[in-house]
Amino acid sequence: MNYPYWVAIGLLMLGLYTMIAQRNLLKKAVGMTIFQTAIILFFLLLAVKRDASLPIVSAADVDPARFMNPLPHALMLTAIVVMVATSGVALAILIRLYARYGSLEEDVIAERVASDETDPA
Amino acid sequence: MIERHASVVVQTFVRVLTPLAQLFALYVLAFGHYSPGGGFQAGVILGATYILLALALGRDTLDRKVNQPVCVALGAAGVLLYVLTGVAGMAGGGTFLDYSRLPLPVPPVRARYFGILFIETGVTLGVAATLIILFCRLGEQESGR
Amino acid sequence: MSELILAGLLALLVALAVVAVRAPDLLLAVIALGAYGFVMSLIWAVMGALDVAFTEAVVGAGATTVLFLAALLRMSRRRSPAASPLRWVALAVALGTGGAVLGVTSGLPRWGDPTSAPATHVSPRYLVRTLSETATPNAVTSVLADYRGYDTLVETTVILTAGLGCWLLLNPRRR
Repeated sequence: MNYPYWVAIGLLMLGLYTMIAQRNLLKKAVGMTIFQTAIILFFLLLAVKRDASLPIVSAADVDPARFMNPLPHALMLTAIVVMVATSGVALAILIRLYARYGSLEEDVIAERVASDETDPA
Repeated sequence: MIERHASVVVQTFVRVLTPLAQLFALYVLAFGHYSPGGGFQAGVILGATYILLALALGRDTLDRKVNQPVCVALGAAGVLLYVLTGVAGMAGGGTFLDYSRLPLPVPPVRARYFGILFIETGVTLGVAATLIILFCRLGEQESGR
Repeated sequence: MSELILAGLLALLVALAVVAVRAPDLLLAVIALGAYGFVMSLIWAVMGALDVAFTEAVVGAGATTVLFLAALLRMSRRRSPAASPLRWVALAVALGTGGAVLGVTSGLPRWGDPTSAPATHVSPRYLVRTLSETATPNAVTSVLADYRGYDTLVETTVILTAGLGCWLLLNPRRR
C-alpha cells in the first residue's frame, strides 16, 4: 500500500516536465513550486507511522514507536520557507526580464537577446 | 498601486484582526516548545499580517508602517541574534551553538530551553522581514510606489 | 476513514496540479497553484505533520499566491499556446527520473511501518531524550533548533539572502 509515494513521484515528474517543456517563464516558476512541494510530500511520507501521535512527548510515555518521526518534519520546515524565498527571487528576475524584453516566452526573449548582441542599440 | 479595499466591512475586519493575528504569532513563537509552532510559523504569520494590511487598507498604509531599509536591518538582526546565541555558548566554554553553556544562571538543561527560545526569535525576525520585503518589492508598480 | 480522506485529497491535489500546469491563462494557473498549496497543507495535517501544515497553509496558500499575483500585475497574463520543441526531451527526462525513483520505491519500507530504517536510526534518540536534555516536549522544535541547529542557521541565512536578492534586483532607482 505504497500509493502515496507514487502520487508524490507523479507530481515530481509533472513539475520537472513543466520546468523544461513550458515556454512561458511564469509557468516554469509554477512547475518549480510543484516540484518542491512534491519533494517535501515525499519526505513527510517517510515520517508517518501507523497509529502514531504528534511528536510531542510527555514525561509519562516516551516509547518512540508511538510518536511520529520528528526529523523529516524539522528538515522540511525550513524547506518550505526557502521555497517561498526562491519563488520571490524567481519572480523578481521575471519582472526584470519582462521590463527589459517585453515578453515572458523563452524563445521570444532568446531572439531579442540575440538581436541585442548583434545590434547593440 | 494596490488601493484600499472598497468594502468597509473588509477594512474594519482587518483592522480588528491584525493585532490579534500578531499576538497569535507571538503566542506561536513562545509556545513552540509545547505545541506545534516555533520560529518559522510565527515569522510567516507575522509577515502575512503585513501583507494583509496592504491588501485591505491600501499600499500607502503599509508604506507608512514599514520602512523598507529598517525591515532589512531587522531581518539581518534576527540572523545576527541566532549567531550571537551560538557564540555566547562558546563564551561559556562550549562549542558553537552549544546552548547548555550559555552564561545564564540556570541549570544546563534549562539553558538549552532558553537557547532554543532565543534562536527561534531570531528566525521569526528573519523570516517575517523576508516576507515583507518580498511583497513590498514585488508589488511596486513601475512608477516606484 | 482517514485513509479515504487522504486518498480523496491526493486525487484533488493531482487535479489541481494539472490545472495549474496546463491553464492557458496565467491568472488561472496562479490561483490553481494557491489552491494546490492549500490542499497540500490539508494532506499534511491529515497525515499528522502539523508544524509543516501550519507553515505551508500560510506560505503556500497565502504568501506564494499573493507574491505571484503581485508580480503578475506587472506582467502580461497571456501565454503562447505553441508547444516547445523541447517537449520530447522533457518527457524523456521526466519519465526517466520518475522511473528511476519508482524503481527505488520498491525497496522502500511499507508506508507507516514503525520499524523502518528512518524510524529506527537516530530519531528514537531525539524522541526519548528531548525532554531530559532540552526541557522541550515538542520534539520537532528541539530537533530543528537544538540537535540540528547548524542546518537551521544556514537555512535562515539562505532565506535572508533570497530576500536581499529580491530587494536589490527590484531597486526602483536602478533604471
